[in-house]
Amino acid sequence: AAFVKIDEDLLEELEEALILSDVGASTSAKIVAEVEKRAKLRKTTTASELRDLLREVLTDNMLDNQPLDVSGRPAVILVIGVNGVGKTTSIGKLAARYVSEGKKVMLSAADTFRAAAADQLEIWAKRAGADIVRHGEGADPAAVVFDSISAAKARGSDIIIVDTAGRLHNKANLMNELAKIDRVISRELPDASRETLLVLDATTGQNAVHQAEEFNKAAELTGIILTKLDGTAKGGIVIAISAGLGVPVKLVGVGEGIDDLIDFDRAAFLEAILPPAEQMTGDSENEEEGAEQE
Amino acid sequence: MAFEGLTEKISSAFKHLRSKGRLTESDIKEAMREIRMALLEADVNFKVAKDFIKAVTEKATDAEILESLSPSQQVIKIVNEELVALLGGQTTRLTISPNPPTIVMMVGLQGAGKTTNCAKLAALLRKQQQRRPLLVACDVYRPAAIEQLKVVGRQLNIPVFDEGQGDPVEIAKHGIDYARRNGYDLVFLDTAGRLHIDEKLMDELKNIKATVKPTEIILVVDAMTGQDAVTVAQTFDEALGIDGVLMSKMDGDARGGAALSVKAVTGKPIKFIGTGEKLGDIEPFHPDRMASRILGM
Ligand SMILES: Nc1nc2c(ncn2[C@@H]2O[C@H](COP(=O)(O)OP(=O)(O)OP(=O)(O)O)[C@@H](O)[C@H]2O)c(=O)[nH]1
Ligand SMILES: Nc1nc2c(ncn2[C@@H]2O[C@H](COP(=O)(O)OP(=O)(O)OP(=O)(O)O)[C@@H](O)[C@H]2O)c(=O)[nH]1
Ligand SMILES: [K+]
Ligand SMILES: [Mg+2]
Ligand SMILES: [Mg+2]
Repeated sequence: AAFVKIDEDLLEELEEALILSDVGASTSAKIVAEVEKRAKLRKTTTASELRDLLREVLTDNMLDNQPLDVSGRPAVILVIGVNGVGKTTSIGKLAARYVSEGKKVMLSAADTFRAAAADQLEIWAKRAGADIVRHGEGADPAAVVFDSISAAKARGSDIIIVDTAGRLHNKANLMNELAKIDRVISRELPDASRETLLVLDATTGQNAVHQAEEFNKAAELTGIILTKLDGTAKGGIVIAISAGLGVPVKLVGVGEGIDDLIDFDRAAFLEAILPPAEQMTGDSENEEEGAEQE
Repeated sequence: MAFEGLTEKISSAFKHLRSKGRLTESDIKEAMREIRMALLEADVNFKVAKDFIKAVTEKATDAEILESLSPSQQVIKIVNEELVALLGGQTTRLTISPNPPTIVMMVGLQGAGKTTNCAKLAALLRKQQQRRPLLVACDVYRPAAIEQLKVVGRQLNIPVFDEGQGDPVEIAKHGIDYARRNGYDLVFLDTAGRLHIDEKLMDELKNIKATVKPTEIILVVDAMTGQDAVTVAQTFDEALGIDGVLMSKMDGDARGGAALSVKAVTGKPIKFIGTGEKLGDIEPFHPDRMASRILGM
């Protein structure tokens, strides 16, 4: 194994790697300080041990994997988030998953605002083999949800998945509209098992924290869907959200295809954030010196 | 408001500077440390922030400035000037081709805001310059993408050319032929969202470019983008040679450091900002206003 000197340069390198993964400057500093503390205590001397330590500290700072709870009948999954993050697509994929498990799925087209949003959801409903309730453009989203619940009761659906319009969390009227949808579900199905999933785009930076905080106020979040992890962004901001708000990441989007939604795997997620051991040299400014080899 | 947090941080760093009569190099270092932290929290790319701080520190630690009567004012001025420069200096317009039609190709990651903002831009230029725009539906992949473009076209009374789920390169070509025949002098190609690392789909864009030779290739970047903005912008620019950037979703409260980063790594100007979901929500980008907003001046 490569021996490394755990000095300021090396710790700065770790911090840079975390910041570049969107973990955030202050969270990164906190994590690296903890790594330094544990490294001293355990007399860490190799890059691979240091990497293990970083993995350990990151793991301690993030909630573990948790499955969705769709045990009740019907179960309701409300899907929310800012514009363009992948709500409708993730719903299509999720519907396909439950249909393949033999469940009867009802999609609720409560995005009545965006151009052709219901058409998009309808195409996904067909692909997945799910039912859909839609109204005309500009209809009241809460009314669509109400009708979807009635239809689901009548048809004996197992799961209702509600698609909502993308909205920026700093727009009070749109957040109130969301809170209203949430209340309609609670009122109409008081005993249903509920999931309220915030969709976050992995390319999003520090703003995701505000998004999570504000959406959590409008409708209590039970989980996060982290989309677009098939790109080069690492989605590190969910670490701060997971620890700070106590909301676990539950699903991950890895493409535009119907099968491209997988259960969140904390170990795999963090592995992608950790810098490779051979890069942990502490002399990034002076590459040719290299690390001491055993 | 975008950039609000950055403004707070920088002015608090300078409040500290103002409280001292004279500055030492270590005072400046401390202020720069705070500015760097604020830039990172605003999603300015790590390396861009590093370069920025280095450039400002070099200028600010000049003996003449340290010994001047109001050194903190001087430092503020330097930070402001560097930020304006980093953001592109001045407002840049869309290039209009001397041989109509002007062809604008909208490209970017999935969900960035291409479809919505090409419609907004078309309406803006129709109003400002009395152009006759046409929208061309080159996204044959996303479910209901063509229908979405048709709906916004209808709302604005702007025609949409489509050939269903055909070949995007052919559709672009036929769309331009159609524009020529029918006297449309401004054509927007709405392309599908794609990852910069998707070689097949990036090749498709290269083929469209080679076939129709667009006047402008506009990269649409979401204002909420984090550190990856530089990788995305650089890769699109290397593959296509972009001409400008449109920052969408500026009506959110993201501080929008991606704007600084994208400009810094590509050298291409940010030309427009999207400020809402409605089809009138678009404005030209003003680097000086943006810098003033960042610095709270
Ligand atoms: N690469 C990739 N693209 C994705 C993923 N999930 C969604 N997309 C794409 O992202 C774009 C936006 O997805 P939508 O599902 O329409 O997003 P939305 O949140 O419903 O958008 P609005 O309803 O407009 O707010 C589409 O082009 C999708 O195909 C993913 O995991 N990976
Ligand atoms: N608030 C706000 N929303 C915007 C803005 N621009 C676009 N949107 C929204 O962002 C979402 C995605 O916009 P689209 O125009 O569909 O994005 P796109 O890049 O064409 O998406 P794909 O074709 O799937 O890659 C939609 O909900 C739009 O209404 C903006 O400036 N502000
Ligand atoms: K996005
Ligand atoms: Mg949607
Ligand atoms: Mg589009």
